Amino acid sequence: MTSTAHLSIQNVSKIFPGQQDWMSKLQRRSSKDFVALENINLEIEPNTFVSIIGPSGCGKSTLLNIIAGLSEPTTGAVMMNGVLITKPGPDRGVVFQNYGLMPWMTVLENIRFAIETVNPKLPLSRQKTIAQEYIELVGLHGAERKHPHELSGGMRQRVGIARALAINPQILLMDEPFGALDALTRGFLQDEVERIWEQQRKTVVLITHSIEEALLLSDKIVMMTRGPAAQIAKILDVPFARPRHRETLDEHPAYHELKSEMELHLTKETRAVEEARIK
Amino acid sequence: MQNSVIQGTQPATKRISLTTNQKAFLLFLLILAVVLGLWEIGVRLGLFSQLMPTASATIVNFWSWISDPFFNYGPNDKGIGWHLLVSLRRVMIGFAIGSVIAIPLGILIGLSEVTSKAVDPFIQILKPVSPLAWLPLGLGLLKSSENTALFVIAITSIWPTLINTRFGVSNVDPSYLDVAKTLGASRWRTLFKVILPAAAPYIVSGLRISIGIAWLVIVAAEILVGGTGLGYFVWNEWNNLQISSIITAIIVIGLVGLILDRLFGLLQSWVAFGRRV
Ligand SMILES: Nc1ncnc2c1ncn2[C@@H]1O[C@H](COP(=O)(O)OP(=O)(O)O)[C@@H](O)[C@H]1O
Ligand SMILES: [Mg+2]
Repeated sequence: MTSTAHLSIQNVSKIFPGQQDWMSKLQRRSSKDFVALENINLEIEPNTFVSIIGPSGCGKSTLLNIIAGLSEPTTGAVMMNGVLITKPGPDRGVVFQNYGLMPWMTVLENIRFAIETVNPKLPLSRQKTIAQEYIELVGLHGAERKHPHELSGGMRQRVGIARALAINPQILLMDEPFGALDALTRGFLQDEVERIWEQQRKTVVLITHSIEEALLLSDKIVMMTRGPAAQIAKILDVPFARPRHRETLDEHPAYHELKSEMELHLTKETRAVEEARIK
Repeated sequence: MQNSVIQGTQPATKRISLTTNQKAFLLFLLILAVVLGLWEIGVRLGLFSQLMPTASATIVNFWSWISDPFFNYGPNDKGIGWHLLVSLRRVMIGFAIGSVIAIPLGILIGLSEVTSKAVDPFIQILKPVSPLAWLPLGLGLLKSSENTALFVIAITSIWPTLINTRFGVSNVDPSYLDVAKTLGASRWRTLFKVILPAAAPYIVSGLRISIGIAWLVIVAAEILVGGTGLGYFVWNEWNNLQISSIITAIIVIGLVGLILDRLFGLLQSWVAFGRRV
């Protein structure tokens, strides 16, 4: 019953306007317009897991926010199944880096809040059943009545993932979802996402700065150049068979080649960012 | 041999092992004893005015008020419990009126930057006005002294709640709002399910400050307005030159203020869910 979607990003640019009115000039706070993204073109096929990787500050979050509808592109358009995206909507589930859980709601209530918002007419018992289903899916059985502050970071992000999936979105958008977690927990959750993806096979856009994470999870890896005016440098195909396992992944002949290509790209771009900052 | 060493050290470690709270309580008792002792000696040596009772006489008087708080021998001779209830009732009504104005208004201006900026000068100018300056205005506006007391309580308990509510509503963590937006939540649903619960700790901390101020103000208002209440009690006992009764009233006012503050403190932790304000 999972639905999925084709995503088409067409000539998307994003310019953050600077402050150039006389008041800001007087207070020496004026700033120039900032071109974050320039002419991004990307086709994301249904049922594909796509990772976006690039030096920090290049505009990955900006791009994801545009897909989510939280921010508008300055030029260009994002189409989902041929329909222009103009605002956020429950056809896109978003997993936030800082989890975005409501502290005053329990785990169950957080998930049910999402279900009820998207489908207010659903009977309460049905909402609870669905919420429970997704709690089981992410392995949080027993934590239903806990509040977020009683959970570890890893458990909170499980709730975040369950909430995003519980509304049965066509696309799952994740912005560095494991960035705030320790290495061990991150590994657990990556395995979990791989397992869930095997079951649901939704279209996923994942932003990450972990090369291993991208290689473990993705069908395609989009490498972006440094900002300003960030662009897509190269798109890598990840040919590994699924289901994948972190222990055996590096036995694949292409693994090390892909990994070193990504390392090279990231090092080059990050070094250039640092040099630009010194000048 | 070893045994005797262990026995020798145990009592010493036991004495140090008092918890911080136990130590603090002992120190508290010590300070209290010193203050009462100095007071007693000071009065007996004639260091203060003739009116000043000794500490022991004050304690006796305190006990006589506290042990029989609800006697009633006519309008000028009532137990302190009656006055306390009257004051509490006034504070609760005035505070409720103030809060019923402050919270919705705070939400309204917290949601709209334009309204917030437009209303800000009024808040900034009216907030620092002493509660007592409102009294004659209240008398002029309302004629009844009872309503004037409520008016003063209401108007002074508006500001902290109003300011905190506005802050809480306009500073909701943007990620909660993003969540609501990505789910396509309506404005009302976002307001009631996200913004208000997110702002609740701020609103309650505003209420807590407000009730504290209301309790401060009621005594002064009742001194001026007269009739009944703890403020009137204090004034009446001053006219009787009964300093020990005034001290009794001060302690009662302080204790009740403390209890009110603690109650709102409980409410605050009840809506916090691990957040700190
Ligand atoms: N609202 C904004 N106004 C101005 N500049 C912004 C805004 N949001 C992001 N930027 C800038 O755009 C660039 C890309 O940001 P972001 O998309 O968050 O990068 P990434 O997620 O790749 O680390 C950064 O240089 C950032 O400073
Ligand atoms: Mg980012």
